[in-house]
Amino acid sequence: MPRRPRIPVYMVWGLLLLAIAAPWLGLYPVLGMRMMCFALFACAFNLLAGYTGLISFGHAALFGGAGYITGLALTSWGWSTPAGILLGVLVALAIGLVMGVLAVRRYGIYFSMVTLALAQIVYFYCLQADFTGGEDGLQGIPRGTLFGLPLQSDRVMYYVVLVVFVASWWFMRRIVRSPFGQVLQAVSENEPRTISLGYRANRYKLGVFLLSAGFAGLAGALKSVVMGFETLTDVHWSTSGLVILMTLVGGLGTDLGPILGAVIITVLEEKMGTISRFLEQLTGIHWFATLNDSASMVNGAIFVLCVLLFRRGIVGALRERWGGAQVPAD
Amino acid sequence: MKPKQLILALALTLGAATLAHAGDSVKIGYITDLSGVYSAVDGPGGEAAIKMAIHDFGGSVLGRKIELMDFDHQNKADLAAAKAKEYLSQDGVDMLLGGTNSATALAMAPIAAQYKKPFIVVGAGASSIVGKQCTPYTVMYAYNTTALARGTASAVIKHGGKSWYFLTADYAFGKSLEDEAAKVVNADGGKVVGQVLAPLGASDFSSYMLQAQASKAQVLGLANAGGDADNAIKQANQFGVTKSMKLAGLLLFLTDIHSVGLPAAQGLYLTTPWYWNQNAQSRAWAERYFKQMKAMPTFLQAGDYSAVMSYLKAVKAAGTTDGTKVMAEMRKMKVNDMYMHGGSMRPSGLMIHDMYLMQVKTPAESKEPWDYYKLVQTIPGNEAFGPAAAYGCSLEK
Repeated sequence: MPRRPRIPVYMVWGLLLLAIAAPWLGLYPVLGMRMMCFALFACAFNLLAGYTGLISFGHAALFGGAGYITGLALTSWGWSTPAGILLGVLVALAIGLVMGVLAVRRYGIYFSMVTLALAQIVYFYCLQADFTGGEDGLQGIPRGTLFGLPLQSDRVMYYVVLVVFVASWWFMRRIVRSPFGQVLQAVSENEPRTISLGYRANRYKLGVFLLSAGFAGLAGALKSVVMGFETLTDVHWSTSGLVILMTLVGGLGTDLGPILGAVIITVLEEKMGTISRFLEQLTGIHWFATLNDSASMVNGAIFVLCVLLFRRGIVGALRERWGGAQVPAD
Repeated sequence: MKPKQLILALALTLGAATLAHAGDSVKIGYITDLSGVYSAVDGPGGEAAIKMAIHDFGGSVLGRKIELMDFDHQNKADLAAAKAKEYLSQDGVDMLLGGTNSATALAMAPIAAQYKKPFIVVGAGASSIVGKQCTPYTVMYAYNTTALARGTASAVIKHGGKSWYFLTADYAFGKSLEDEAAKVVNADGGKVVGQVLAPLGASDFSSYMLQAQASKAQVLGLANAGGDADNAIKQANQFGVTKSMKLAGLLLFLTDIHSVGLPAAQGLYLTTPWYWNQNAQSRAWAERYFKQMKAMPTFLQAGDYSAVMSYLKAVKAAGTTDGTKVMAEMRKMKVNDMYMHGGSMRPSGLMIHDMYLMQVKTPAESKEPWDYYKLVQTIPGNEAFGPAAAYGCSLEK
């Protein structure tokens, strides 16, 4: 296997420093936290899609499902914040187990369809269940305290989320580089050969599905605590699509790609108005101002461009340039 | 440019940008769905209406320029809440105007209360906004689902529709609509013969229509909205349900009737807080709006205009943009404009004004484009919105 070119290590440290300093550089902390939650979600998805080649179309159920359970535990049962988040992760693992056991027996599009179908069950359950509040959402989730630390302050919460995010990212990176991760990549490249070498591919696939589900749940649980509410958007299939978009735009199967993708997409969602007004003033073309009304169209256009121009996403394209070596086609 | 100069230039531009931001203008933050499923009933049309209001008010209040900032929340509550917080904490926005989608409004309300700024809800209809989730800074200006459901039910019963059958969208919203209407039907001496639940986004209503017909009820209540309601109306017509039953819509907009068309929608009863052709004043305003948008305004877009006007009047009367003082002024105010007459606010923030039971015209009765409704009855505000105690807001004591 040829050595994959890598993003230089100082870039990773630079990004970390930037993330630490960001709230003092004018980044709005809530936006930063939302970005990190989606980045964590995209990394979890990438673990499955990027390294194992399993495209799940049902990750929203894990993300939103965990968010709802955490919200329920914190509002109705009065649990402490860490316990609530832990319960969210456990529920995501449980949903992931059911989904994984059924889905890993199938390949390609059938795998995706099984995950989508099961996720739709979760969506319709959340739509009708009493505790979720239907399309009004679950409101008023308290942030509470973490080991005596009051989380009401946006900045304190920001650093808590940052620590959780960096630790999870590092852990996922370790998984990919472990012998377990090597087998996953082997499965993704040639499953029959991996089986002939004596590995039980389905167990590995189920294992990575559960890991991915757990981290997706962690991201969803954190997000509901950060925002203070949980709504149907997070369990809707379009969120599963959004995480695929983030991962593809950033770079499937790269360490930093999903993070970059999540940052780009969340900033676009949030700042489309500012960007469109800036472009209008810069060029004097009024048409740019109307972009504000079509953030989803801009997302779509970016997706098309990425698929046509850089198949490996932004980080993948940069890595090829820096590393020089050509990565074999997947 | 050398790097140092470049940095200096950048810093200067940034500095200038921040200064321009903190300028002494009165800012209105409009957060709604500008591009998704609800954008036709509010969205860009609402934005145009707000600009008309700012223009009609003279562009400034208390000697300060009035500025509009808008944001497309894409029906995501977390985007709406994060932007609301950013508007209030960093951009110095003085009033938040909440557009469609109740989840986003419910997410924004506590934030506005935290920053003590008025939050005027026009587009969202969930009654809990001024019920269990009410705050001293939330105003529910145009309508809520309770008023529309109660209004239609009580008025249709008075016109002889005693026995009802409900076609209900199978989720919390549909069930609460049905529940509100059914309560009134039972209280006013009517009878609910039966109901059937249809999944959200169903395209085939045939079996539900046959069940409704078999029930022999006089009225088919549509406890659904948007595409579901449009499909139900069309299929009720195709299956001949409309020959034996009257249709009553519990949440319908002018744009729904426009897209279904008069041949299918004729005879349908619905309640609306405002209709463009209800009087000379509303008609004059709607025609100005039509010139810009090439469509007649819905009751939400007109509500956006009226809400901004009322807010600006309150600011002028209070002599300040301080949220608490402006809210006190809005609570005292009687609103008389092209939108409502004698409108007044309950302690919960619910604006009480008359509602109108309308019947959709037949194609022969319709004299001009967008001429869709005829007035059946005016429903007094308190009757439509129902008793304050039913909402369960802690401010109503």
